[in-house]
Amino acid sequence: MSIQVVLPTAFTRHTDGRKQFDSNANNLAALLAEFDTTFPALSTQIKDEHGKLRKFINIYINDEDIRFLGGDEYAFQDGDEVMLIPSIAGGCQAF
Amino acid sequence: MEYSCANYELMCNECGKRYGNRPLSGCPDCLAPLEVVYDLLNAKGVFTRDSIARGPASIWRYARLLPVPEGFQPDLPVGFTPLIRAARLGARIGASSLYVKNDAVCFPTLSFKDRVVSVALANARKFGFDTVGCSSTGNLANSVAAQAARLGLKACILVPSDLEPAKILNTLVYGACLIRIDGNYDHVNRLSTLIADEYNWGFVNVNLRPYYAEGSKTVGYEIAEQLGWRLPDNVVVPMAGGSLIRKIRKAFNELIFLGLVKKPARPVRFFGAQATGCSPISVAVKEGSDDIVPQRPNTIARSLAIGNPADGAAAAKMIRQDGGWAEDVSDVEIVSGMQELAETEGIFTETAGGVTTAVTARLYADGRIGAGETTVVCITGNGLKTTDALAGRFEHLDSRAIRPRLADFDAYLRSLDGEAEPELVAAGER
Repeated sequence: MSIQVVLPTAFTRHTDGRKQFDSNANNLAALLAEFDTTFPALSTQIKDEHGKLRKFINIYINDEDIRFLGGDEYAFQDGDEVMLIPSIAGGCQAF
Repeated sequence: MEYSCANYELMCNECGKRYGNRPLSGCPDCLAPLEVVYDLLNAKGVFTRDSIARGPASIWRYARLLPVPEGFQPDLPVGFTPLIRAARLGARIGASSLYVKNDAVCFPTLSFKDRVVSVALANARKFGFDTVGCSSTGNLANSVAAQAARLGLKACILVPSDLEPAKILNTLVYGACLIRIDGNYDHVNRLSTLIADEYNWGFVNVNLRPYYAEGSKTVGYEIAEQLGWRLPDNVVVPMAGGSLIRKIRKAFNELIFLGLVKKPARPVRFFGAQATGCSPISVAVKEGSDDIVPQRPNTIARSLAIGNPADGAAAAKMIRQDGGWAEDVSDVEIVSGMQELAETEGIFTETAGGVTTAVTARLYADGRIGAGETTVVCITGNGLKTTDALAGRFEHLDSRAIRPRLADFDAYLRSLDGEAEPELVAAGER
């Protein structure tokens, strides 16, 4: 089984410039664990201090938000395109 | 592609790192959203009631607390829309001190988006972009297209394919390149993110988003000034991405900090309005959750149809923090809300305004807002853009015309009053 991972330009400084690559991970947890060894700097950027995926990153499977597919429980299918994109938010600083 | 400015710069909401001024919406380190922060102490004594009163009758009277580059010469009289006392709507829903902030007549494209776009495009020019763009549910598309035309910028605009025809026409007429995307707004927005990643364009709600969002503060400044430099008890605001409601609060807090308004004994409460067919923020508020569960939108209020709102979690948290609430209403109630506002106050709003009006009525009916409290209802768009929503509501107008005779007119009026239908003959048949 193989999936294709797609990353935005902002992350490619941690992946030797690669925006797309294949993976054999069978779910999101396995993919993130794979990053720990293949792209440790990427792992550091996309995970918080507790090792969880930062809340500002959205995951899409073949154009669909992973949260519509069962979230973290979703089992990757052969040929899936898995896209990681930082969410765009304006935000408002309390002061 | 950056500039420095003594008055403001970008700062990360999470880690606090500062980035000067550049087209960037998220922190490269921790990915959190960036926010424009100001040297507010430096604004004391400069941003005053008097200095504002001497300014133009537009949002540019508040330019000192907007992220517009030094030397920027305002061109269009955007904003400064009417705040009107809504006595008749108030009487109908049990509110004795109700006001409508009417951005249905905002210049130049009849929605509050004119505010945010004008601030974003001031920065787009400063950064040197020759092409600007946006992902839009309609009003933003109209405003980007119009203001880009005025500034001589090229515009590339992405919208969901099911957008109302009037909003598509109101974008194309300005010569913008409009691309319909086979998907909902959240699909469109994701594509915009990818495009902004590859093309050197200024996307107002992607890489220019921190600047763009600040334009919404002017709604808050205007409300305070038009109430005679005081804050209302409550504000009812429609929610799509969840940004506007938070920026109005930011504006109020800045005015308090600078001493332009008195800090109220009880914080201003914010009430969010959504359509039930797309209510991720309203659901989060009601469930007491800070997590937004995305939805697939299904509502006639397309300008609010964002199922995965970027500022949703922060908006939900803020609403609860100050004792506010959020509500959502059905499509039937939305249309009734549009008609109610038109019939009582002479304001024709789009479906989003129907949402806000209907939610306001429910908040009073449920006792969440007290009858005597001062409440401002934010109407953000114009009904001429969503006339489809009213199709079939006035069928008698299509049924027939009467002959140009007084007797026929009298008979017609009686028939409308419920009297027996006279034997009228349609004009043109005799």
